[in-house]
Amino acid sequence: MIKFKGVNKWFGKLHVLRDIDLHVSPGEVVVVCGPSGSGKSTLIRCINRLEKFQKGELFVDGTPLHDHSTNLTKLRAEIGFVFQQFHLYPHMTALQNVALAPINVRKMKRADAEALAHEKLARVGLADKADAHPTQLSGGQQQRVAIARGLAMSPKIMLFDEPTSALDPEMIGEVLDVMVKLASEGMTMCVVTHEMGFARQVAHRVIFMDEGSLVETGKPHDFFANPQTDRAAQFISKILTH
Amino acid sequence: MNEFFIFFQTIIPELLQGTRVTLKIAGGALFIGFAVGLPTALIRVYGSPWLQLIVTGYINIFRGTPLLVQLFVVYYGLPDLGLTFSRLTAAYLTLGLNSSAYQAEYFRGAIQSVGEKQMVAARAIGMSRFKAIRYIILPQAFRLVMPSWSNEMISIIKYTAVVFLIAVPDLMGKAKMVSSRYFAPISTYIIVALIYLVIVGLATLILRYVGKRFETPGLESMETATR
Repeated sequence: MIKFKGVNKWFGKLHVLRDIDLHVSPGEVVVVCGPSGSGKSTLIRCINRLEKFQKGELFVDGTPLHDHSTNLTKLRAEIGFVFQQFHLYPHMTALQNVALAPINVRKMKRADAEALAHEKLARVGLADKADAHPTQLSGGQQQRVAIARGLAMSPKIMLFDEPTSALDPEMIGEVLDVMVKLASEGMTMCVVTHEMGFARQVAHRVIFMDEGSLVETGKPHDFFANPQTDRAAQFISKILTH
Repeated sequence: MNEFFIFFQTIIPELLQGTRVTLKIAGGALFIGFAVGLPTALIRVYGSPWLQLIVTGYINIFRGTPLLVQLFVVYYGLPDLGLTFSRLTAAYLTLGLNSSAYQAEYFRGAIQSVGEKQMVAARAIGMSRFKAIRYIILPQAFRLVMPSWSNEMISIIKYTAVVFLIAVPDLMGKAKMVSSRYFAPISTYIIVALIYLVIVGLATLILRYVGKRFETPGLESMETATR
């Protein structure tokens, strides 16, 4: 589904992704972790080309992203992206947020798109918040609307960039629950997160990154119990003890 | 007082004729200013570097020179280059282009304060740049621009007064005629000032009403948010 081959990226002189090789299968849930500045967000932002990379090959659902003639708009419509800070459209209600792309990108009829949006909002447990504006919702609710917004496009892949990092602790659970459900339904997911409970429960694979390199990859249980590298061991001890 | 009232009745029809011209020029200038200013702002934010340079130059020229000088250049200067305009056209054109430069800056500020992240969110879900601007950026920018746009509207209404200097029979032009005909500058200009005040007041009320209609939780203009 997603295939990185020797992908390299620089921000000016800063080498932020080094020789990334990674293969994500359909239905697989991959958690990406690592210290801040390790390139995890950049990595998943490459998958829908929110970030360009300079060297290497990347195929997403068979589409070559290193090829400049690739239609990015079309590709992005097939990939849901959930931001740390939600980035809902503040001038629209929750329902309009979810229905906008189906109407304007998928060319659905407004009534159909709104029915779809109601369905997706119900799926993330917000059926009663359809007419609320983002500022009238809690952080956890906003993030669930953002997930519904992604799902409304029936994406083949969902990407999550630290979806719970901006939330108050008591709201993290409600967002993770939605993600767990999504994973159990067979969605292909790449999740940048430090929620190790989530990783243990649903990830098929955990990837550890440091300084732009993919340092270690393994099944969650093995990774946490028995990290292969010192760097990963250090990281795990830090996030598990703090 | 009675005398003033009779004088008022005598001159008001003529002043109202002028008022109509003033309103037309102000409305036309604001419309031209919007029609030219918004695309200018979009180029200023999203255009290629050399296009940005051109529109920045345009904005700076109109914001950096006196309106009266611009009016004289258009009406008295451009005919030398073979471009002759009627008085009224020169008035619309000068005030309109002048306003477009200011409106461009206000729209640019509003667009930039909507923020790049809204654009990223729209692009990430598969919307084209154009659609993102149309459905995500501009609807928010229009709400944010309200307070400064309202100032621009007030300025333009008042600045129309300069057009009497190229003999356009606007409110100010009519006032000039009336006051010298009756040798009553004080009474005339007090009435004229009141008329401008009423126009500005009504226009502000209308705009505030429009702003209220489109008010969205969390997107109040700063003015209302801090009230």
